[in-house]
Amino acid sequence: MLAVGLTILQMLFVLGFAPLLSGIIKKTKAFFQSRRGPSLLQPYRDLYKYLQKETVLSEHTSWIFRITPYVYFVAILIVALTLPILTTFGMLSFTGDLFIVIYLFALARFFLALAGLDAGSAFGGMASSREMAVSAIAEPALMLPLFTMAIAAGTSNLSGIVEQVAQGGWPALTSAHLMTFVALFVVGIAETGRIPIDNPDTHLELTMIHEGMLLEYSGKQLALLTLAVHIKQLLIFALLANLFFPWGIASPAAGFQVSTLLIATLAFAAKAVGLGMVMAVIEISMAKMRLFKIPDLLMGSFLLGLLGLISHVLLRG
Amino acid sequence: MTILLFYLVLGLLLLGGLFAYSLQGKPRLSLRVGFSFALGSAVAGTVLGIIILLTGDTVYTGAGFASLPGMNRAFLIDPLAAFFILVISLVSLAVSIFSFGYAEEYIGRHNLGILGLLYNLFLLAMVALVASGNAFFFLFFWELMSLASYGLVVYDHRDSHVRRAGFVYIVMTHIGTLFIFLAFLLLYQAAGSFDFEHMAQFGRQLPAGFKTGIFLLVTVGFGTKAGIIPLHIWLPKAHPAAPSNVSALMSGVMLKTAIYGFIRVVWDVLGGGSAWWGIFILSLGAVSALLGVMYALMQHDIKELLAYHSVENIGIILMGLGAALIFQGYGLPALAMLGLVAALFHVLNHALFKALLFMGAGAIHHATRTRDMEKMGGLLKLMPWTGFFFLVGSISIAALPPFNGFVSEWLTFQSLLVLGSAPLSLKLNILGPVFGAALALTGALAAVCFVKAFGIQFLAQPRSTQAAKAKEVPRSMLIGMGILAVLCLGLGIFPSSAIQLLNPVTLHLVGYGSVQALGGYAWLNPQIPLLPNLSYHTTIAPFVLFVVLAFGVLLVYRVVKWLGHGGTRIDETWNCGGTLSPKMEYTATSFAKPIRIIFRRILLPKRVVETEYALGSHFTRSLKYEGAVKPFFEDILYRPAQNVFLKVSGKMRLLQSGSIHLYLGYLFITLVILLIWAK
Repeated sequence: MLAVGLTILQMLFVLGFAPLLSGIIKKTKAFFQSRRGPSLLQPYRDLYKYLQKETVLSEHTSWIFRITPYVYFVAILIVALTLPILTTFGMLSFTGDLFIVIYLFALARFFLALAGLDAGSAFGGMASSREMAVSAIAEPALMLPLFTMAIAAGTSNLSGIVEQVAQGGWPALTSAHLMTFVALFVVGIAETGRIPIDNPDTHLELTMIHEGMLLEYSGKQLALLTLAVHIKQLLIFALLANLFFPWGIASPAAGFQVSTLLIATLAFAAKAVGLGMVMAVIEISMAKMRLFKIPDLLMGSFLLGLLGLISHVLLRG
Repeated sequence: MTILLFYLVLGLLLLGGLFAYSLQGKPRLSLRVGFSFALGSAVAGTVLGIIILLTGDTVYTGAGFASLPGMNRAFLIDPLAAFFILVISLVSLAVSIFSFGYAEEYIGRHNLGILGLLYNLFLLAMVALVASGNAFFFLFFWELMSLASYGLVVYDHRDSHVRRAGFVYIVMTHIGTLFIFLAFLLLYQAAGSFDFEHMAQFGRQLPAGFKTGIFLLVTVGFGTKAGIIPLHIWLPKAHPAAPSNVSALMSGVMLKTAIYGFIRVVWDVLGGGSAWWGIFILSLGAVSALLGVMYALMQHDIKELLAYHSVENIGIILMGLGAALIFQGYGLPALAMLGLVAALFHVLNHALFKALLFMGAGAIHHATRTRDMEKMGGLLKLMPWTGFFFLVGSISIAALPPFNGFVSEWLTFQSLLVLGSAPLSLKLNILGPVFGAALALTGALAAVCFVKAFGIQFLAQPRSTQAAKAKEVPRSMLIGMGILAVLCLGLGIFPSSAIQLLNPVTLHLVGYGSVQALGGYAWLNPQIPLLPNLSYHTTIAPFVLFVVLAFGVLLVYRVVKWLGHGGTRIDETWNCGGTLSPKMEYTATSFAKPIRIIFRRILLPKRVVETEYALGSHFTRSLKYEGAVKPFFEDILYRPAQNVFLKVSGKMRLLQSGSIHLYLGYLFITLVILLIWAK
């Protein structure tokens, strides 16, 4: 019963907090650019606005285009249920295997890329092609740090990994741990579609990657996809924050109290906002990379992940 | 009882072939009879495979062969053979139904009696090959399989490309067979018998060097048939050339008989070997998987694309086998079981989704008369069911949950992760996850490739008049595809059913059952004991995931409908104010361009642009673009080898003057030398 309650609570938290996080990042960027920037609540207002609008469907599209927003949203939502965000004993955390999480993201992306091709415009196709290429080369760099963590914990279940690290205390922060974190952080930028890899704010047809696939969407469907993108960003942050710095998370070892949950919520919010601000600072201090420079960056992150793995194996002795 | 079922399988195939051939004067009847018998035998084969796998018994025949020297067992169906019979039968069940509709396009153009004969013989050879109890039978049926499939590859023999593809295929396959012959003759010499049972008793005590020799011979021999890189060159030529139902069988099943042979010799006869065998196989697998999927991305002939994906998937299977061999070499049977289950499960899954995709390609060809993806588009609206089944196949092969490809790749990932955490050498602990990353890249590139394959063919507007006029294919073809699509989903959400069936196989091969370690009904739950005090465990619940996904989509749909306002309007795609034409759509070539550029040092793309100017250098009259990927292995490996071969043959011609006296002289000299040597 407790697990069910916690799962629902975690889902509601994710649904409610994800747009706010995007708002905070936008605000931070505005602050560093000496602008006032949109209100923190703007993402919610946008979602509300989209929900009220008429949905326009292209005459060339098929049912793939129509079901994609739902498949995308639900796949991301399942990840939100299986990931250890506030607690490690959610109802579905037993199946929260790292491969399930990564491949659910891949399932969502697969459908979105198909939808990008469906309307028959060159922009959607271009965006699909680029998104799939970038995510494909990001995959090994994404997986290797996760493997290192899984091997260290003796399980590929994310909740299991988080509990292992949480119980390890400060000694868990080895050089291997930190290198692995930085490697995953770089991939996190790619997965959340931020500068220097993609620009979430652009609507210039030739430079956008992710936004290009949403170009033909409107109304309720756009609302769903936009919310899903907010949530995905939060989930990537959760992966980064909780896998490497899980302290504060509610785990069964500590016993359950309401205060535990409160601390967990606050701790996670603080970690996510902190990561978001770092991302914002990176975004305002860099220019977007040329598309074909991205592999170099991801290669670097892969090599860092490899170093992390090697030092983990050597240090373990 | 079960042995009768086995004879029924063989008998139906033999009769089906003969009846189809004798009825060649009435093509429509010949077609129906030929494929009906194949269908009947497939049903019998499925039942046979499941019975043996559930009971775990071994069935054999033998008495009549006492008079043949070195052979006591004619056929011997142990759980391993039964599993492969099941794979062959399941695929041929669906493909035979598909063929009823598909083969009609050959009526009046080709001899359907020959098709029915070769098709049935091909299936017969494959079933008999995996059921062979001795090496002699194995080789006989292996050769029958090669010849029957050659006949099927060149079925459309009026096309010179097809004849050329057939030539490459038959040459390559015989080079492979040569190595297998050698390996079996050496084993015969050591064991004094052709029986696999007998060889297995001696095989484990053979000296290490001898074992390694056998291992390398079978790796090359079976590797040629399986299409591992760099022995794959026949595969992307032969598979597209054959009729699509045959491609489905070749890619889905025939390649797997090579995996069967490899497992039979390396595990059953040799009992595994040193750990470096595993590292070798793992590396071969990783290279095949990565290069296979990269080359696949560069193809825009749908069947060539699928053929390269077979190279990729054989690579993934070999990665599982390689991990298993490493653990076997370290004497850790429980872990070897995990790798074996991953590999064998992927054998089954690849057979299902690849046959499904090849049938889909056949259906598209049936409807549009082309295999060129650049000419298709918008087919989902014209062929809704074919499109749906092709989508299921695409999701499965891209290893996305909740379909079957995901589960077997997940098991492969797990065996590589265990390689990273088991108490082996430090080098292997690092190599395991790195191979895992290679597998991750493979999986992600496969997803790119199938977004391309499905998106370009089925979505947006038709790119040619042929595609615009396409019609849904006959019902029998849809049923054939539908069966495999259901199996893809079924095995994806109930993987434990396959684990259950594999239990006697792993018990037989490594002495460790798959159920006790992977267990569960609704979920897979590997509990891998690494050391007494250290274990590795994780869980996935594909069924739960599927239910949540399905209900989630329905729930979200209702909620959003309830929350939202405003209706739905159909309007045109935004195109900067211009009218949209199919020429503006992204093509298969342009879709793969980022990948082509990112991996340009591996793929070595070639690009020729010829511009013809009308006036000065500003007004272009015509523009010609040519792009291709360098056929690296053909240029580096095969062409020089071919040149050397031709040169040597040229020199040999000096010996052949045509004079009978000289030839008699040769005979005499040879005889004298032999007599001296024999003395």
